[in-house]
Amino acid sequence: MSGWVIFAVLFWLAAWGLNEFLVRIRTRDRTAETAINLAVPVIFGITLLVGWEGLVRGFNVPPVLLPPPSVIWERILLSIPNPIWPDFQQTFLKSVLVGYAIGCGSAFIVAIAIDRSPFLKRGLLPVGNFVSALPLVGIAPIMVMWFGFDWQSKAAVVVVMTFFPMLVNTVAGLNATGAMEKDLMRTYAAGYWQTLLKLRLPMAWPFIFNALKINSTLALIGAIVAEFFGTPVVGMGFRISAAIGRLQVDMVWAEIAVAALAGSLFYGVVALIERAVTFWHPSVRGGRAR
Amino acid sequence: MVRVAESRWFAVSVVVLAIIAIWYWFTIQLNMPWQQSVYARAGEENVPFWQLLDDLFSQQRPVLPAPHQVAVEFWNSVVNANPSTPRSLIFHAWITLSATGLGFLFGTVLGIVLAVLIVHNRAMDRSLMPWVIASQTIPILAIAPMIVVVLNSVGLTGLIPKALISTYLSFFPVVVGMVKGFRSPEAIHLDLMHTYNASGAQVFWKLRWPSAVPYLFASMKVGVAASLVGAIVGELPTGAAGGLGSRLLAGSYYGQTTQIWAALLMAAALSATLIFAIAAVERLTGRLMGARA
Repeated sequence: MSGWVIFAVLFWLAAWGLNEFLVRIRTRDRTAETAINLAVPVIFGITLLVGWEGLVRGFNVPPVLLPPPSVIWERILLSIPNPIWPDFQQTFLKSVLVGYAIGCGSAFIVAIAIDRSPFLKRGLLPVGNFVSALPLVGIAPIMVMWFGFDWQSKAAVVVVMTFFPMLVNTVAGLNATGAMEKDLMRTYAAGYWQTLLKLRLPMAWPFIFNALKINSTLALIGAIVAEFFGTPVVGMGFRISAAIGRLQVDMVWAEIAVAALAGSLFYGVVALIERAVTFWHPSVRGGRAR
Repeated sequence: MVRVAESRWFAVSVVVLAIIAIWYWFTIQLNMPWQQSVYARAGEENVPFWQLLDDLFSQQRPVLPAPHQVAVEFWNSVVNANPSTPRSLIFHAWITLSATGLGFLFGTVLGIVLAVLIVHNRAMDRSLMPWVIASQTIPILAIAPMIVVVLNSVGLTGLIPKALISTYLSFFPVVVGMVKGFRSPEAIHLDLMHTYNASGAQVFWKLRWPSAVPYLFASMKVGVAASLVGAIVGELPTGAAGGLGSRLLAGSYYGQTTQIWAALLMAAALSATLIFAIAAVERLTGRLMGARA
């Protein structure tokens, strides 16, 4: 029993020491620096997994409570073709992506529309700020009642959840343009649309991408939670609640791992697009912040 | 007159009134098919308009309840129900609020501790920070019900499991905000502390901590809203145990739409109250610390 625990503790101490050593290396070499920056968090992550495995095995935690990562990994490999891939299609490719696109897209259009009216901006912004702090997942049962059990109701939940953060951030971004730049555009005799496309939208991209990144995780949460309120017999949320009922905890964790991976990848893709679009922004252009 | 028209309150009230009007319109549209089928079965034709409107707004299980129906249900279950019985929304709100508060407290303390470690230790900064960010891309909310069920089977019941979910959701904004806050003192101030021969603890308590306070409140406002969501979702599987989340689930099982909307209204009121409370504490602290108003 204690062999596993001792191994986990030793591994943790060794990894900690290694990390303390790695961050103290001063190097001029760019590639070496990147490698260190990557290695440190990776070592930390591996330590977490080894610690989990060691403690669960060492203390004989029943797998019903917490299965070790190796068991979860086996379960993922075994069940990719059958439950996981169809679940992923149903939840991620249908509910999340469709809802995310409609929610963010419509909020973007609405933001540009109300941006022309100071009155609407004054009135809608506080309301939007308030609504985006609300526990909007709560509308999931209502959406399931309205749009049925299939993915449309989940997409509707995602639309509502993603709409307000996007709206508030886009309006804030469109207001980020300084008076000097606007005056400059005026001296160029630029029209409303030219100013919007060439000055104000580029200035707003950092805000908009901030909202897109927040929404990427919100969308996944919304879709999975909405599936708890009724769903056809496929989908990640359905699989999680069904597997809990049968005490197949390794299946639950496998779905969670897939969801986490999908969420991180989604976030990562949005972040990559952000780097490409806002290449001029100080936080992207390199150099160390502070 | 012009000043009234340009004030923020006027604009907000106009928008809110417009939303209520749109809501009524949707109520009529969405509840019409069912009402017409009722009339068809009863063989009634040419129902007078006011009668139709009255029937539309008094359905037992409307697709979308009218605002005043929600308000009446809210009033009945808040004021007219005994707060110690599950019929009362205050009963449910209190259960949710206690889980939220406990989780929020844990989350804030955990967030501050992590931020202190990250600011003072380079290895922690490099290894922990990416994982703190990655932890939020995991849809933890989605597995919240499972965590509650699993913790229940270990013997942890009641508030703690829900509070843990709230903790997980609320520690992140605090970590990010406080790391920024602890690093916000300018180099010139740090240098001044250095010339005073201040120790690390003194720098922390007299310089870093005071300059991080505004960041703390900003992130606490985000964190408390997240805690509330966590507590509500954590209540979904507990069923009869009570709380706004179980109220939502019960409403969805029995088709009690008005009850769902009333619970949502309560959640909204709760979240607004919590944020206002933190803003009030923020103003008070600012005044005590001698901030410029």
